[in-house]
Amino acid sequence: MSDENMGPEAEGPAEEEAIVAEPTPDEPDRRIWARITGADSDWRSQLLVPVLAVFTALVIGAIIIAVSDVDLLGMWGDDAGEAFKQTLTRIGDAYGGLFTGAFGSIRGVSETLTWATPLILAGLSVAIGFRAGLFNIGAEGQMLMGGMLALVVGFQFNVTIWLHLPLAILGGFIGGAIWGGIPGWLRAKTGAHEVITTIMFNWIAIRFVDYALKTTFIQREGRPDRISKDVLESGRLPKLLSWVDPQYRLNAGIIVALLAAWGVYWLLFRSTVGFEFRAVGANPDGAKYAGMNVTRAYILVMAVAGGLGGLAGSTQILGVLGNATPGFSANLGFDAIALALLGRSHPFGVVLAGVLFGALRAGGQQMQVASDVGIDLILVIQALIVVFIAAPELIRAIFRVRAVKAAEQITRGWAT
Amino acid sequence: MAAFVLVVFAMGTEGDATFRLAADGDRFEVPDLVFSAAGLSYIAAGFFAFLGGIQLTRGFGKSTNIILGLAMAVIAFAFLGWAAAGKSLSLVGMLQLTVVKSVPITFGALSGVMCERVAVINIGIEGMLLSGAFLGALIGSVAGPWMGIIAGVLVGGLLAFALAVLAIKYRVDQIIAGVVINIFALGITSYLTSSILVDNSDTLNRVEIFRAWKVPLLGDIPVIGPIFFNHNFFVYGMYVLVAVIAFALFKTRWGLRSRAVGEHPKAADTLGINVFRFRYLNVILGGMIAGFGGAYFTVGSAGSFDENMSAGRGFIGLAAMIFGRWHPVGAFGAALVFGFADSLQAKLAILQTPIPGEFLLMAPYIVTVIVVAGVVGRARPPAADGQPYIKD
Repeated sequence: MSDENMGPEAEGPAEEEAIVAEPTPDEPDRRIWARITGADSDWRSQLLVPVLAVFTALVIGAIIIAVSDVDLLGMWGDDAGEAFKQTLTRIGDAYGGLFTGAFGSIRGVSETLTWATPLILAGLSVAIGFRAGLFNIGAEGQMLMGGMLALVVGFQFNVTIWLHLPLAILGGFIGGAIWGGIPGWLRAKTGAHEVITTIMFNWIAIRFVDYALKTTFIQREGRPDRISKDVLESGRLPKLLSWVDPQYRLNAGIIVALLAAWGVYWLLFRSTVGFEFRAVGANPDGAKYAGMNVTRAYILVMAVAGGLGGLAGSTQILGVLGNATPGFSANLGFDAIALALLGRSHPFGVVLAGVLFGALRAGGQQMQVASDVGIDLILVIQALIVVFIAAPELIRAIFRVRAVKAAEQITRGWAT
Repeated sequence: MAAFVLVVFAMGTEGDATFRLAADGDRFEVPDLVFSAAGLSYIAAGFFAFLGGIQLTRGFGKSTNIILGLAMAVIAFAFLGWAAAGKSLSLVGMLQLTVVKSVPITFGALSGVMCERVAVINIGIEGMLLSGAFLGALIGSVAGPWMGIIAGVLVGGLLAFALAVLAIKYRVDQIIAGVVINIFALGITSYLTSSILVDNSDTLNRVEIFRAWKVPLLGDIPVIGPIFFNHNFFVYGMYVLVAVIAFALFKTRWGLRSRAVGEHPKAADTLGINVFRFRYLNVILGGMIAGFGGAYFTVGSAGSFDENMSAGRGFIGLAAMIFGRWHPVGAFGAALVFGFADSLQAKLAILQTPIPGEFLLMAPYIVTVIVVAGVVGRARPPAADGQPYIKD
């Protein structure tokens, strides 16, 4: 962005006035960080707040683990020392499992990235909405609808992989784009707030998938329950680590996700359309006054966001699952909201946050096995992370980091 | 003007569509219902022609929402006539279920009214309902249903306090703060359910349900009595709360001040009203209402807690609030419409209509989208809604 153009000017004075401008060594880092996050403030708070937010959330998660075991709570009265020891062991087991499950082995890393794939895509979906001042809570439904269309393309056509796979992925994008575009259109034309409509579209999509999985067209022959036909081999995203161990689930979806992140970056910060998106997000009235078509921008943003959500669904179907069952989106669309906030709605931030959330997902399963601490704890930790990200003053109050920037307001009220 | 044309257009097409539905119904209809189904579709069609005519000529102005609600009811009846043709359907039973199903939606909507009248958007209602339901079951099982309700109310208030601190003190984006509360509530209740409740379901997740209590005299009125006055404590609580909030908001000093804070906080501040105190107080009260409504799921209805049992009712409550134009009575009416859609699904599943059950389950959500899309453009939220107040 502007940093690039200003590069030489910004460096010049810093060298001359090295005595005055003390944080010169930090200067390049700051600029890089500002470029990565798209925000122009102190790099220390930009980096510190997310890190401390994750840390604090884990600490509070540990406290919840400690107090949620009925047997252990009873022990405190009898033998406090032993109870303390056991509590620590339990927390250690849980977080140890979390870490080894996520990064402890090739399998762990593969799982982390497998989960990160749809998370990144869905996170991009939410993030692009944020940038345009729209709150896309519908990533879950968009995943479902996109995934279903990708599924249909995946089992219906039988052509070479070079044609089939792109077609199936495109199908996913279109399915999601339609499902996201409708709320965008409603918002632009009638003022129906996208928070309500996208949530409703989530539920409609859930019911629709339930229905579709029972139709003869989609349901697998000879099965009474809700399970779809399998995607043909030519429609599957190839596995990347099958040469190490066929068990590893990591697939080419991660490449799709990274390409999408780059594409969103280009769209938002390098294209005219993206500039319009951001202008509409920053000030719709101003954008309108400047001659931009706000209605079109709203519809387009939501369609692109929906398309990205649809991609998330199709990587799940085409890469991981191979067929659809109810709830195949696995609530990833909701995690995506927290993730987009953690990534500061910037594509590269979303990738990093996506890997972290993927690690939580992958590790959470190991945690459940290693210490019978339920995987739902992950949700709590994610919510806490977002609280601290959204209210950095809380983090600053806890850790006494100096304040830099006031909280920002991303969305506006109803019917604006 | 454009809005007016849109209204006319919407009403016009709606009338048309219903006419067709009704005409379809004729062919299948057999007039052997308790309520004469034969003429029902004709009446509905005529009613719509009439409504559409008025709308086309002069419009309904302020009462559009009420007419819209009425129109929906007529559509529903025409639809029922078609669905139940040849079978028998207990209309009273269905309307009774409507009231029951609208309970959590109403409480959610009232909570929204309380918060948004002081300009704090509360998306976290869903989470408050869920937490209220959870603690209602847990504490209710340990210490009795009354304690369960109190615990539900308290946890609702606590979450609302968190929302208030985030939204008012730290000026976090209010929608984000609400979403966080939802994620947190879903996570912690699911986590605690799997770690505590599942292994001890007999002792910790079995709460005594409030039984229905028939109001003397009122409950004996035919049709109306069983529909409205033969319910449990929560339903009566709902009636009272709707009335109390409507009165308090529009007839008391507190209400006037609350609304001032929501419309123009700076002016209110200038006149010596403590904006922050009003916002804190009303948001917390709103959370307590949502917590109470949440306790209904377990203490008033199911008797035990299931993961994510609120199933989006909090969001439908928000839609009801918008449909009801931020007015408690309107919100209650809207909640009844949604409750009707809900009970329609439950009853029609028994009737085995050719429509798949999944589509019936979608009905409340589709209705919500239509309502929000058709109404919100014309409904006006409190002027300062969603904006944090920064004191100079």
